[in-house]
Amino acid sequence: MSQTIASTHTQHGAEAHGHGHDGHAHGDHGHAHDPNLAHHFDSLQQQFDSAKLGIWLFLATEVLFFGGLFVAYAILRMSHPEIFSYASHYLDTVMGGINTCVLILSSVTMAMAVRFAQTNRRGGLIACLILTFMGAIGFLIIKYFEYSHKIHDNLVWGPSFYVPPHDAEGDAEAKMLKTAPAAPGAAIVVNNPATFAIPDLAAKPAVDASAVKPASVGPTGVARASGAPAPAPAAEPAPGHSEEAHPGTHLEDKAMPPNTHLFFAIYYAMTGLHGIHVVAGMGVLAWLTWRAIRGDFSSKNFTAVDTGGLYWHIVDLIWIFLFPLFYLIH
Amino acid sequence: MAHHAHHESHHASHAGEVHPEVGHVVPVKYLMAAGAALLFLTVITVASHSVDMGEANLPVALFIALIKATIVALVFMHLRWDRPFNLLVLIGSIVFVLIMLAFAMMDVHQNLPTMFNGNAPEAASTMDANAPGAPVAQVRSTNGGIGSTN
Repeated sequence: MSQTIASTHTQHGAEAHGHGHDGHAHGDHGHAHDPNLAHHFDSLQQQFDSAKLGIWLFLATEVLFFGGLFVAYAILRMSHPEIFSYASHYLDTVMGGINTCVLILSSVTMAMAVRFAQTNRRGGLIACLILTFMGAIGFLIIKYFEYSHKIHDNLVWGPSFYVPPHDAEGDAEAKMLKTAPAAPGAAIVVNNPATFAIPDLAAKPAVDASAVKPASVGPTGVARASGAPAPAPAAEPAPGHSEEAHPGTHLEDKAMPPNTHLFFAIYYAMTGLHGIHVVAGMGVLAWLTWRAIRGDFSSKNFTAVDTGGLYWHIVDLIWIFLFPLFYLIH
Repeated sequence: MAHHAHHESHHASHAGEVHPEVGHVVPVKYLMAAGAALLFLTVITVASHSVDMGEANLPVALFIALIKATIVALVFMHLRWDRPFNLLVLIGSIVFVLIMLAFAMMDVHQNLPTMFNGNAPEAASTMDANAPGAPVAQVRSTNGGIGSTN
């Protein structure tokens, strides 16, 4: 930012120096102007402090941005601790822990990148920026595996949480088509195929209707209202179905508290917003790498690396809180 | 803005420990020690998870996270050597989040006794009864008819 004005300034200020791009030395033009000092600043120190204050004010807005979600998290967790202690077990602590370490290591390389820029070591700067970028990619790859596994199992926010996972639904339908009416031992036991997604149960005799599991206390009604016809819940789930044995079939887990989808809503909201910040950080890192390769940075001009690094560190800092709050709940 | 900064390209290849006029260069050993401490504390956090401390698990985990965040802020983010005003900006933002959190928590605490697990039964039964495919007969048989709840 400031370089733009600085170089324009040198073009005006120095005699016989109309080429801002030829890269020759400036020490000989007998002028006190530093090419790295924008003319609206008194000194390099003031310019540097202003840039730092600016990025810190931005980081403060980031803290407030995530702060709102942390408050939402606190309200949900305080109101329904049972949801959090139950649903946290669906998160992979190993993957979350590895991602924590990946972000910490990328923070180390970012801090080293700033140091290399400050000490005029271009090779180290480029290497560290690329390493940091690869850390970001690694983080997102692990996050992709986590997300896709959960989405596959319908461990998501909103009504889709109450739709049986794709495989279980497909199995049940396939088995019903092949061996209807009763498939003993099927993942979803449909005792009476007639009750399977038939809307007007009211018209049926009370005997049939009573075979339907009572409506769960929770917004399963909302789930059904959203359009997708929900199959009748298993009247008698096979014994031994637990989250460990069948992590995908959370709907059959009788231990699941009502409104468990709320955990995944706040989980995706917070980790998703954090993931967006990682993607934005990758953009910053790519830009910094490009400029470092071009040779823009030096001990006289490293502010962009410094401020970009501060942004990257706060992304790490937020994850440091997200990790125990979601993955490590007793 | 980037393409104006070419002046520095020939400086960048200088070897040796050139130090800038502004800013603070954090020694490598500080950065490495901070990184090692952060990794160690991550292991501690995960280990503390496997110990059942009841109510204390959450405060312990958050306390460790706070230590880690302090290390990141002071060393990686240079706040230890930076202008104190930048630290004030960070702490100020956190303080305002905590104020918001405190008032929200007071409100939740006031309302906790009236909360149900899940939706209130009346609301849940009404929603289930009105939804397509809902077991209406079941609701009727237990509640004496959905009309009575409205």
